[in-house]
Amino acid sequence: MSAVMQVRNLNVTFRQEGAETRAVRNVSLDIQRGETVALVGESGSGKSVTALSTVSLLPESAEITGSVAYEGAQISGADEAELRRVRGNDISFIFQEPMTSLNPLHTLEKQLTESIRLHQGLTGGAVRTRILELLHRVGIPDPEGRLKSYPHELSGGQRQRVMIAMALANGPNLLIADEPTTALDVTIQAQILELLAKLKDDEGMSMLFITHDLGIVRRFADRVYVMKDGEIVEQGETGALFDNPRHRYTKQLLSATSAGVPDPVPVGAKTVVETDSLRIWFPIKRGLLRHTVGHIKAVNSATLSVRAGETLGIVGESGSGKTTLALAILRLISSEGPVILMNREIQKLSSKKMRPLRSEMQIVFQDPYGSLSPRMTVEEIIAEGLAIHPVDSERDHRSMVTEIMTEVGLDPATMHRYPHEFSGGQRQRIAIARAMILRPKLLVLDEPTSALDMTVQVQIVELLRKLQKRHKLAYLFISHDLKVVRALSHKVMVMKRGDVVEQGDAAQVFDNPQTNYTRQLMAAAFDVKAIGQS
Amino acid sequence: MADFGQKTGRPWLSPLNQRRWRNFRRNRRGFWSLWIFCALFGMSLFAEFLANDKPILLRHKGEYYMPIFSFYPETAFGGDLPIEAQYQYEDIACLIISGGVIDCYDDPEGILAEIQESGTALGEPVDKGWMIWPVIPYRFDTIVDIQGAAPSAPDAHNWLGTDDTKRDVVARVIYGFRLSILFTLIVTAAGSVIGIIAGAVQGYFGGWLDLVFQRLLEIWSSTPSLYVIIIMFAIFGRSFWMLVFLTVLFGWPALVGVVRAEFLRARNFEYVRAAQALGVSNRTIMFRHLLPNAMVATVTFLPFIITGAISTLAGLDFLGYGLPSSAPSLGELTLQAKQNLQAPWLGFTAFFTFAIMLSLLIFIFEGVRDAFDPRKTFT
Repeated sequence: MSAVMQVRNLNVTFRQEGAETRAVRNVSLDIQRGETVALVGESGSGKSVTALSTVSLLPESAEITGSVAYEGAQISGADEAELRRVRGNDISFIFQEPMTSLNPLHTLEKQLTESIRLHQGLTGGAVRTRILELLHRVGIPDPEGRLKSYPHELSGGQRQRVMIAMALANGPNLLIADEPTTALDVTIQAQILELLAKLKDDEGMSMLFITHDLGIVRRFADRVYVMKDGEIVEQGETGALFDNPRHRYTKQLLSATSAGVPDPVPVGAKTVVETDSLRIWFPIKRGLLRHTVGHIKAVNSATLSVRAGETLGIVGESGSGKTTLALAILRLISSEGPVILMNREIQKLSSKKMRPLRSEMQIVFQDPYGSLSPRMTVEEIIAEGLAIHPVDSERDHRSMVTEIMTEVGLDPATMHRYPHEFSGGQRQRIAIARAMILRPKLLVLDEPTSALDMTVQVQIVELLRKLQKRHKLAYLFISHDLKVVRALSHKVMVMKRGDVVEQGDAAQVFDNPQTNYTRQLMAAAFDVKAIGQS
Repeated sequence: MADFGQKTGRPWLSPLNQRRWRNFRRNRRGFWSLWIFCALFGMSLFAEFLANDKPILLRHKGEYYMPIFSFYPETAFGGDLPIEAQYQYEDIACLIISGGVIDCYDDPEGILAEIQESGTALGEPVDKGWMIWPVIPYRFDTIVDIQGAAPSAPDAHNWLGTDDTKRDVVARVIYGFRLSILFTLIVTAAGSVIGIIAGAVQGYFGGWLDLVFQRLLEIWSSTPSLYVIIIMFAIFGRSFWMLVFLTVLFGWPALVGVVRAEFLRARNFEYVRAAQALGVSNRTIMFRHLLPNAMVATVTFLPFIITGAISTLAGLDFLGYGLPSSAPSLGELTLQAKQNLQAPWLGFTAFFTFAIMLSLLIFIFEGVRDAFDPRKTFT
């Protein structure tokens, strides 16, 4: 076997306003022909930067030193024309976000034609034939009919398939896949991985697979490089590395899974929130008089109740109505059907009457980068609710902020900083502090761990458990990650396209799923062996 | 990641604004333009002290007078007429300096020469007075008392010549510059405030309110504003504040679109949702969480509004539908240049004044826009 790509002593430094950031330090790696190499690490470890720098796709503020050889020829520092020939032709990319990687204004045919015509010089009917063949191979149903579709008409999985088709269009020798499945639902994730594995074998390609998900690496990769803070800390054959990790960081990564079960609900706990056949339909209006011609049924008939100290896990894939349901319970969007908070019907209350009750129920969002106003200090963010709700009029806001920051594991000395100075996990703690300072009875957690690295995820789950126990909190925990749900929930509710397909005690649902859909979800989440071994 | 936390000497600015200020300073052209513009505008704010047909300070019989601020009749200086003293005439100057010797009306030159020589007037010792004049001894509406046909060419007294009613061009440019900039600032500030509020309300609440308001805006912006301005001036007469009012009336929708778009986009941000869940009132959310987002778009748009306002004023004046004809207007200067092609100093002055003023503003806001752009890196 000869090396398709050889990287030696690669350094990447970003220079901005005199500040230097060394994103990649002394990275050396080899990719052999027909091999799948995984580059593993948490966010900010320099994985993507390493991959992009191999074909000089970084912004101008990056300084790259070291050597990158493709098929034995130097390509670091090669001129633009040479690089363009290599990119897309010999080396192809698949990116994380299939929505933004495709141009929303072009049909599939146009997007695919561009690359084929550019690199292969095909024209007319030959291009079309090739496109149809490609779409067929990546498993797009009815490729003929799909040629004139725009990206928004496809599902996330289909879009990622089209991206793969684009990457394969010119028969590359090396495919660089940067977190290709992270934005997809678990069941789709499995299908895409299977497709990639199959295509790789058929085409005899090599693959550089960048991911933070160790489960995928184990199923999929021949060799693994583990990156931390821009350096490769460990490398080796997948099996050997997983069975016998040597570096402390690798061990930490491997052991980072949210395990355990939640503390039992105290006896005689009161019901905090209840709904009865809650329905959220968005009307579709047409015509001059905007009469309603139908409804988008976001949630059909959701009945639930959560007691103090209890967690209800709401599980489902994207678009299943999980978040919509939670927002309706918080009365942030309108819905039909009773919502009872602490024995009080709140569905019909005006927004003025609602305001004092808002402190009883709070929410933590998925994206720790989007949920904190970038222009306010941490102290201002956390104390914002105190201006509206007199939680404890005896005390000044600062001492309450200090107390809550300590409770969620933040250093109160950092309260004058801005959100961008904190890591993802710390920001999520800030968001939790903002909710907790009002001493709510109900906390809605909308995928609070999905955007976080595994090691951080574990810490946040620990924190949530601790807070629940201390304050007898009721949680509505929304997630597509069944491992985290299992670690936190007493009860589980499985949703699919707005319908509640299964509901019950966590142990019962997990150990003995009743519906096909639930079984499918479980398989994708917990079944390690199923994929990539063929 | 850029190092936002860098400590600088401006603790009153947030780290983000400190970064913007540093970025702005790196744009040399914009930075110098800002200083030059501030200097020019600062000077023009004190136009009365720079170009005026009254002395700043004078001494008469041991007492001090400030004609710039107060009205003094000729009789105050020993003259006969109860009208305001015409300081630029030699006989009045003679009265002031000589301490009110009445013979000044007959032979001002002789008396002044005598005072200069011996300190006496007609043999009598006098308490010698003096006058401090502004650099340019003409106001924008002073008729210059010189021989020859108007407009007259530049000379030692009228550096840029005079216009067709024998008014000093330098003085008119200084006052005209101030008027243009003040007009622009008032119109832009008022128009932006109204536009931002309207855009914010539409974007935040959306739905029916947005729909109805958008249609109203479409109707409003298709009103032929020039005709309305002409008609209103015909009814109410021309005045500065009327023009400000009318320009704002038709200018405010400029920002509505951008601000509305920003609010529409940002109202679904998670930190806005989080604030709603906290029970924060709509007004506070709009002001605290959404407005900062819209400010970047607004700042990007401002240069167009500012230069647009200057052009509107100049254009109306050029057409003769703008300010009253006595007002120091650059547009009117341009009109005169067109009508007096034999007097090229008018055309050149008008051209360079506009060119410098608009270029400075464009350079400044180009720098501001780049400083607000988070993607731009500066070396």
